[in-house]
Amino acid sequence: MNQQLLTIIIQLSYLVASVLFIIGIKMLGKTHTARRGNIYSAVAMFIAIVATLLVRDVLSYTEIFVTILVGSAVGTYVAKKVEMTQMPEMVALFNGFGGISSVLVATSEYWRMAHDANIAMPLVTGITVVLSVIIGAVTFTGSMVAYGKLSGKVNGNAITFSGQHAFNAILFLAMLVASIFLVLDPNNDIYMYVVLAIGLLLGILTVIPIGGADMPVVISLLNSYSGVAACFTGFVLNNQVLIISGALVGASGIILTQIMCKAMNRSLVSVLLGGFGQGTTAAAGGSASDIQVKEVGVEEAAMIFDSASSVIIVPGYGMAVAQAQHIVREMTELLEKKNITVKFAIHPVAGRMPGHMNVLLAEANVPYDKLIEMENINDEFSNTDVCLIIGANDVVNPAARTNPASPIYGMPILNADKARTVIISKRSMASGYAGIENELFGYPNALMLFGDAKATITKVVGELKEM
Amino acid sequence: MSIENLIVLLYVLVLASYVGFELIAKVPPTLHTPLMSGSNAISGITIVGAIICSGPLPGEFPLSKILGIIALFFATLNVVGGYVVTDRMLQMFKKKK
Repeated sequence: MNQQLLTIIIQLSYLVASVLFIIGIKMLGKTHTARRGNIYSAVAMFIAIVATLLVRDVLSYTEIFVTILVGSAVGTYVAKKVEMTQMPEMVALFNGFGGISSVLVATSEYWRMAHDANIAMPLVTGITVVLSVIIGAVTFTGSMVAYGKLSGKVNGNAITFSGQHAFNAILFLAMLVASIFLVLDPNNDIYMYVVLAIGLLLGILTVIPIGGADMPVVISLLNSYSGVAACFTGFVLNNQVLIISGALVGASGIILTQIMCKAMNRSLVSVLLGGFGQGTTAAAGGSASDIQVKEVGVEEAAMIFDSASSVIIVPGYGMAVAQAQHIVREMTELLEKKNITVKFAIHPVAGRMPGHMNVLLAEANVPYDKLIEMENINDEFSNTDVCLIIGANDVVNPAARTNPASPIYGMPILNADKARTVIISKRSMASGYAGIENELFGYPNALMLFGDAKATITKVVGELKEM
Repeated sequence: MSIENLIVLLYVLVLASYVGFELIAKVPPTLHTPLMSGSNAISGITIVGAIICSGPLPGEFPLSKILGIIALFFATLNVVGGYVVTDRMLQMFKKKK
């Protein structure tokens, strides 16, 4: 085919793909169009891939096709097999793959240019290669650490050591210096290896000090990075479709990051510096006996539910750990048969990733219009008979409203304490992620339902059935 | 890359980022996870770069080609896995039966 015509076809296909990506992501933002939006975006990807294949020589098709086939098979298998409870680590893992891919593409392009005697590497290419490699590398190792923490393969707590921030700062400066040398002397690979190595190291070091409940922020941020990395790769290759879709992902990740930070009343910087709650754990540890709690048995709990006319359920990470979502749905249906209204109150940072609770409950077939956002349900607690808290802690801690000395003071919380009766399903009296006492447990209207959430709720359901 | 070309790409970047911010600013919390995994699949667009880099004929810059093929593998995982898992999730979001 005529070379020029081919180029035009390819560029126009990229344009179509870009528009479809934009429409797709817009549709992803509304519940009733979301699934179609995702398909539009997949079609856009397909168009972009086919158009790109047109550029290539037929000779190199075989390896490309085989690789795509194998990658697709593995990807589909993993995506079909994964449990919904494992979604946070799955997203982290795929995100990391996107990051490493950006690194490899930029390195590949760098290597070709550095070793082709006919090409002098332009300054812009040098700069964008460096940026693409650094951000891609941080995305990759950062996501891998996040994956390890979320899947329990690595200790999920914040890992800190003295001089951590200074050490990271020195590494960062070293990386900056190496980057400048690389840009000035692009044909010298050694700088490239230094930049790459430090980038990979920084990804690990910046995520290990961040503890479990801060993961929603980290995942959103890494998601944003993977987009930015793709974007810079677009600059390296002079390719608009990469820049556009990378920018869309970068923007969406940043917005989610902001939402998550706001929901915790913390600045992004304080999350990234990590080690949240470390200092207060020791201080609060000794005073655990200050709070006098009242226990409630399954039978009594079932009776309380039975005589209620409205119930709000507040799920947290503990529900995901106990895999209690299905039995909770069963209880919901049972209560509704008894003409009791049941709603779910979802805190934006409940769980380990943005929207974690929504996915879990959707999997258990809870209709999404029963899941109410914090702002819309907070006024309802005072008119509610029973609030059932399952595996949530810090997001219902009234100290956030009342105690200026508390590390979570100012964080928007669910006003669960305002309900007439609050039943807290919890394994033990251990404090939440922030390592602070929850005075709610000692409130006169609070009752503790100790035990594994799945086991105790199952018993409650059993009792309810007999009533 | 010429400076004019760079400017055009910067235009594209700034406008696309703006569109991204506008589109996603009001997404409901219910959709945060699917949005994230869906946009994550989109970030697999580096697959296009990977295909371009897997291009050179054997013998010519072999390392570039090898890196390109590895990148292609990971990008494909990212893209296909990301879309399939997002679709699985969205399929579950239902209103009252």
